Amino acid sequence: MELRSHEPTGPIEERWEKHKEASKLVAPANRRRYNIIVVGSGLAGGAAAASLGEMGYNVQCFCYQDSPRRAHSIAAQGGINAAKNYQNDGDSVYRLFYDTVKGGDFRSRESNVYRLSELSLHIIDQAVAQGVPFAREYGGLLANRSFGGAQVSRTFYARGQTGQQLLLGAYQALSRQIEAGTVQMHSRHEMLELIVHDGRARGIVTRCLKTGEIKPHIADMVVLCSGGYGNVFYLSTNAKGCNVTATWRAHRHGAAFANPCYTQIHPTCIPQAGSYQSKLTLMSESLRNDGRVWVPRNKEDVTKRPEDIPESDRCYYLEERYPAFGNLVPRDVASRNALYVTNDGLGVGPEVDGERRGVYLDFSDAIGRLGEQTIRERYGNLFEMYERITGDSPYKTPMRIYPATHYTMGGLWVDYNLETTIPGLFAGGEANFSDHGANRLGASALMQGLADGYFVLPFTVGNYLGQVRTLPPLAEDHPDVQSAITSVNERITKLMNAPDPKHAPEHFHRELGKIIWHKCGMSRTAEGLKEALEQIPKLREQFWREVKITGNGEDFNQTLERAGRVADFFELGELMCIDALERNESCGGHFREEYQENGEALRDDAEFSYVSAWEWSGNPAEPRLHKEPLTFEYVKPTKRSYK
Amino acid sequence: MTDELLNLTLHVWRQPGPNRPGGFQTYPARGITTHMSFLEMLDVVNEELIEKGEEPIAFDYDCREGICGTCGMVVNGVAHGPQRLTTVCQLHMRQFKDGEEIWLEPWRAHGFPVVKDLVVDRSAFDRIIQAGGYVSIRTGSASEANEIPIPKKIAEQAMDAAECIGCGACVAACPNASASLFTAAKISHLSLLPQGQAERDDRATKMVAQMDEEGFGACTNHGECEAVCPKGVSIQWIARMNRELVRSIIKS
Repeated sequence: MELRSHEPTGPIEERWEKHKEASKLVAPANRRRYNIIVVGSGLAGGAAAASLGEMGYNVQCFCYQDSPRRAHSIAAQGGINAAKNYQNDGDSVYRLFYDTVKGGDFRSRESNVYRLSELSLHIIDQAVAQGVPFAREYGGLLANRSFGGAQVSRTFYARGQTGQQLLLGAYQALSRQIEAGTVQMHSRHEMLELIVHDGRARGIVTRCLKTGEIKPHIADMVVLCSGGYGNVFYLSTNAKGCNVTATWRAHRHGAAFANPCYTQIHPTCIPQAGSYQSKLTLMSESLRNDGRVWVPRNKEDVTKRPEDIPESDRCYYLEERYPAFGNLVPRDVASRNALYVTNDGLGVGPEVDGERRGVYLDFSDAIGRLGEQTIRERYGNLFEMYERITGDSPYKTPMRIYPATHYTMGGLWVDYNLETTIPGLFAGGEANFSDHGANRLGASALMQGLADGYFVLPFTVGNYLGQVRTLPPLAEDHPDVQSAITSVNERITKLMNAPDPKHAPEHFHRELGKIIWHKCGMSRTAEGLKEALEQIPKLREQFWREVKITGNGEDFNQTLERAGRVADFFELGELMCIDALERNESCGGHFREEYQENGEALRDDAEFSYVSAWEWSGNPAEPRLHKEPLTFEYVKPTKRSYK
Repeated sequence: MTDELLNLTLHVWRQPGPNRPGGFQTYPARGITTHMSFLEMLDVVNEELIEKGEEPIAFDYDCREGICGTCGMVVNGVAHGPQRLTTVCQLHMRQFKDGEEIWLEPWRAHGFPVVKDLVVDRSAFDRIIQAGGYVSIRTGSASEANEIPIPKKIAEQAMDAAECIGCGACVAACPNASASLFTAAKISHLSLLPQGQAERDDRATKMVAQMDEEGFGACTNHGECEAVCPKGVSIQWIARMNRELVRSIIKS
């Protein structure tokens, strides 16, 4: 396997233009002769399918949800970054590029990040033209806010539902193409296999979730925009259905998987309340602007009511350890410190599996200083959401928060064209690894999904098709298609007929999640990762022996859907731990306890300034590592410090 | 925080497929904590059913944070259950009392055929949007975002209408199974904005025609839709939709 990034050279601000000039095009009249499969209908997939349809290609779009409008991009709250500099506060394409490379802890590709930053400008124009109701100032112009510690106000937002509104914009554009007949939409269809013929991605095999029908779909190329793999942790802020299956099937066919250990943990989520819990809910990070984080100083106080703990017995640990940034330290630092205090037995809230995993986020000072009305205006909807879930009012008692998995920076390895190591297979949005390095900045996920979908893929897809010109037809009875169908059917049969069926798939998913969360979560050690690598294969064997699925495969069967996804999470989880063990440094979301300096992440640029791209070998325990070296011509690596 | 345990009796609509007869079946839900969400309570019941070798209750869900619009069922006669402005995934068991009997049914409407148990087919909503619920703007052809100022008040109103999550509770609650609130919310969102003006008349006509074609009933001002809408989408948009329709008829 050879990793060629195909990034252009020369001045960084000219690279994307230069690349476009050198690329092949497909003439408008010829586009309808090409069939393109897009898997996923979120910001990246929905935008790509709509844009490719508008250009005149024949697009088949697939999603597991009952409507393309429900992809998990919809849940993003905060906003979307763009270097418009409407606030005249010194923002620029270069500054957004610089912040993103630095925020990613110098583990991303400079050319890609610069392009993302350039395209951010067009995204806002496009969304406004679609009718996305962004927040506005009294003069009628677009409003911005500063987000996630950025020193400029470059975040555009639509109340607390920016992801929803941007997704509906893409969904509406997609709906227009469905009506026009350029896009055929397949909702409630899950991709279970990739069809590779003559070394090129030529189609997928899907299962219709309503009828259980297994069907091949053949095309000239395949684009995966199927999201991230945060649900490997079982509990995360992802939707329940989010899964790694599409990208993992591609990986098993030869698509390299890059940087799987780079996962992002969000510090302000509502803690787990019981072992039955099915997901974690994120609370906007903005809460840390006015809330003070603390835990009791003494272990015997953890079960007391917070109001009964005197000021002198409270430990405001972020303010004490990071006097300059206090409660506003970056996500990873805030998260890790919550882990340390709860490891010390100072966590609060209900006991789950013998541990109290929660810290207080207290608004009483802010209410005293600013009045309840001001706090209500700023955070009213968040406080209501918190009360609905926990039954406690944050106006009266401190919130309890704890970190949760939120986003995965790793994903399928792609070159500058977003093409994977399988020719004709492209990946966009959270499904690829490309732009965020080891850590993603707030309000950048929506930006990347839409940049890939609206502006990068429509172009690079044309370049690919312009190069291959005409592919030979592929019939459904060809052995390459039939073997993909057989593989899907055999797997379903195996899942439905475990030798000693005992437990529902959730049982195994929860156990896997606990291993990954404890050993490959916020803080990792070589020892812990080695333990995980012994535990995961054992649990996986047990899963295949004891998984119990009732009903049958030729019907609507949600248990079967989940079982297939859990099976793939086992293999991905193992790869995550292997990757985390190989990377003997700390960077961004990957914190190895052995590599730190005064409690801060210690990068090792001399040894680890590369992308880890893993190739499937047939044995999940022995993937092959390929390295794409990273060079920094513009943003010179520096150390992050928040002391 | 209190952590009481509840023992409940569930009467659940079970229906194996779209054209098959269905009926209520009764299941116990024991040892349910008040901190569980309603869907987590169903997860617990389902895991027990699977371990006993029975088929679990099929119900739709995804984000479980009240924004994707996937979940939805009628709980004791009310779409999304007893708590106002709350999707069933955000409903928590502290809203129920120990010993309570709970009746669960799918959205019932001609336009939403049952797929299985509590799962229905809402693709009619997609087709209503496809009929015209968009601004025809090609990728790449947009002008500078700040070129057209939009008064804050108008932008806020458009956002109020755009809050709809497409869950279908409005249809389930309406005695006529009308999709007016859903359709009106999108028509209003786009007709309020300058970007939506060019296709304004055409959009209203086409979307309403599609709504009728899907077999949804007419609005007779019961207001049940607004009462169950988890996002508080206002019935005023239906009045606006009707004005838009009249406007398009007069203009044509």
